[in-house]
Amino acid sequence: MPAEGNVPASPRSGGNAATAAMPKWVATVALLLPTYAWLTLAIFLPLCAMFAFSFLSATPMGNEQVSFTLQQYAVFQTQPYMIEVAIWSLMIAVATTLGCAILGFLAALALARAGLGRSRQILLILIVLPFWTNQLIRIFSWTMVLRSGGFLDSVLHFFWAGAPSIGFLYTRPAIVLGLIHGYLPYMVLTCYIALIAIDDEIIEAAMSLGARWWTILFKVLVPMAMPGLVSGCVLIFVPVIGAFMEPRILGGPVGVTLGTVIEDQFTQAFNWPLGSALSFIMLAVVLAIFATFSGVLRRNASA
Amino acid sequence: MKTAGRIYLAFIIFFLYLPIAVMIMMGFNRSPFYQLPFQFTLHWYSVLRDNTQLITAGWNSVFVAVATTIIATTLGTMAAVALSRSTFRGRNVLRILLLPPIAIPWLITGTAMLVLFYWTGIGRGFHAMLIGHVALAIPYVVLVVGTGLQTIQTDLEEAAMSLGSTPLHAFFSVTLPLLYPSIVGAGLFAFAVSLDQFVISYFLATPGFTTLPVQIYSAIRKGFEPDINAISTILLLSSMALFLIFAIFVRPGGKVDKR
Repeated sequence: MPAEGNVPASPRSGGNAATAAMPKWVATVALLLPTYAWLTLAIFLPLCAMFAFSFLSATPMGNEQVSFTLQQYAVFQTQPYMIEVAIWSLMIAVATTLGCAILGFLAALALARAGLGRSRQILLILIVLPFWTNQLIRIFSWTMVLRSGGFLDSVLHFFWAGAPSIGFLYTRPAIVLGLIHGYLPYMVLTCYIALIAIDDEIIEAAMSLGARWWTILFKVLVPMAMPGLVSGCVLIFVPVIGAFMEPRILGGPVGVTLGTVIEDQFTQAFNWPLGSALSFIMLAVVLAIFATFSGVLRRNASA
Repeated sequence: MKTAGRIYLAFIIFFLYLPIAVMIMMGFNRSPFYQLPFQFTLHWYSVLRDNTQLITAGWNSVFVAVATTIIATTLGTMAAVALSRSTFRGRNVLRILLLPPIAIPWLITGTAMLVLFYWTGIGRGFHAMLIGHVALAIPYVVLVVGTGLQTIQTDLEEAAMSLGSTPLHAFFSVTLPLLYPSIVGAGLFAFAVSLDQFVISYFLATPGFTTLPVQIYSAIRKGFEPDINAISTILLLSSMALFLIFAIFVRPGGKVDKR
């Protein structure tokens, strides 16, 4: 390579090594150490501590006698209602993910294919903007829309004076609606990135060969956007399975999920070992999901 | 087909903004029980001015966010430079280690911090929240600054060094000025992550030190008046403004050649 002829081969390690005060690896370590030390203190050590806690028989506060036990992990046998809680949590998470997938894919498709030109960027920002605001406040906002006598009912009564209340706050559908509202922009983004990469000519070819729109949708667009769909689903399912504030606020008495049970162990019941064990069971599920889809996620991230 | 697509997009945007609009509107509505019809008032904003609990919590949120921004931006920028400008074994492992703060549900990391900090005597409160918020913000900073670094060609640094500049001097006089928009963007990102963070703060708050989202959550559970809407509106609009400034600084997928 002629360009490198008159430049010292590798400037930083070669030509300037004599003038540089310190070897390069020292600089690299010095640059990286603060970040990873901080993450160790804030993330990795706490996870280890919680793992240890999950094997204790009781919270070590006061004069509590504490011994090593596996009983916390048997919670699904000793407290059968927890199975029901887990199933409801999974169903809420699946319903939310599916809802986001359908609504979000179509929104991304409309955004990518509606020929909007320059306003596309503005629409994309409009869709992502609420995502950037506090999730708690957005969930709180839904209580004003959904409660009986709330905004939804007022609008209905404006058109039909004697209408019965259709407010459905404190139900599971309310939880799902709030969660879909919270996580939809993720799906729009991941699907949009996958969809704009599809060449117009492929769709034109399909149309010129007589394919109907549903054939194009299910045989061309959905399969080609699959990495985006899968990434979106993973990115939504994982936080939703750990949600506790949303079911608490929108579900009221029926909003008992794995998340709220864990929250209660740490804030109300003070059964930290049980909370830790439940957290680790949840973490295992999360890691299993990431391991299963790591290939798709990595390809999508590099694209 | 195109018209249908546009109608659908309008519906989605309506769905995304409806509750937010209702929430903001109710902050200007006279009825303390959120009754319609709408009667305009600024009453709840003046009530808010006297609600010292919410105001204090709001300032606490800002303090934590400013401290988080300074620390996370500094540490994250250093790490991003090391990760993108030098090659060494284990670099990919280090990159993957940045994911847990983002990828693991905050409920798990938050309760884990509570366990460790209680156990070791670090305790809860401002410093504990700061430890947590910085850890959550660092991965985003590394991502934003790392993307910025990719757009700056190394040949500029090398040119400076071949002309006799030391690596350190080349970095500060060539790379850093070019990187400035990314660093500001990353800082805004870190600020927003901290300002909106609820879960971690909730587990690490003490009765004496709470942040705004924590205070709002306990108000929602214990009963509240529309002054909650007033403060929520302020928080909401500040986050949106931050995002728009961020979008201007770091054009996602922007085509500007930063040379």
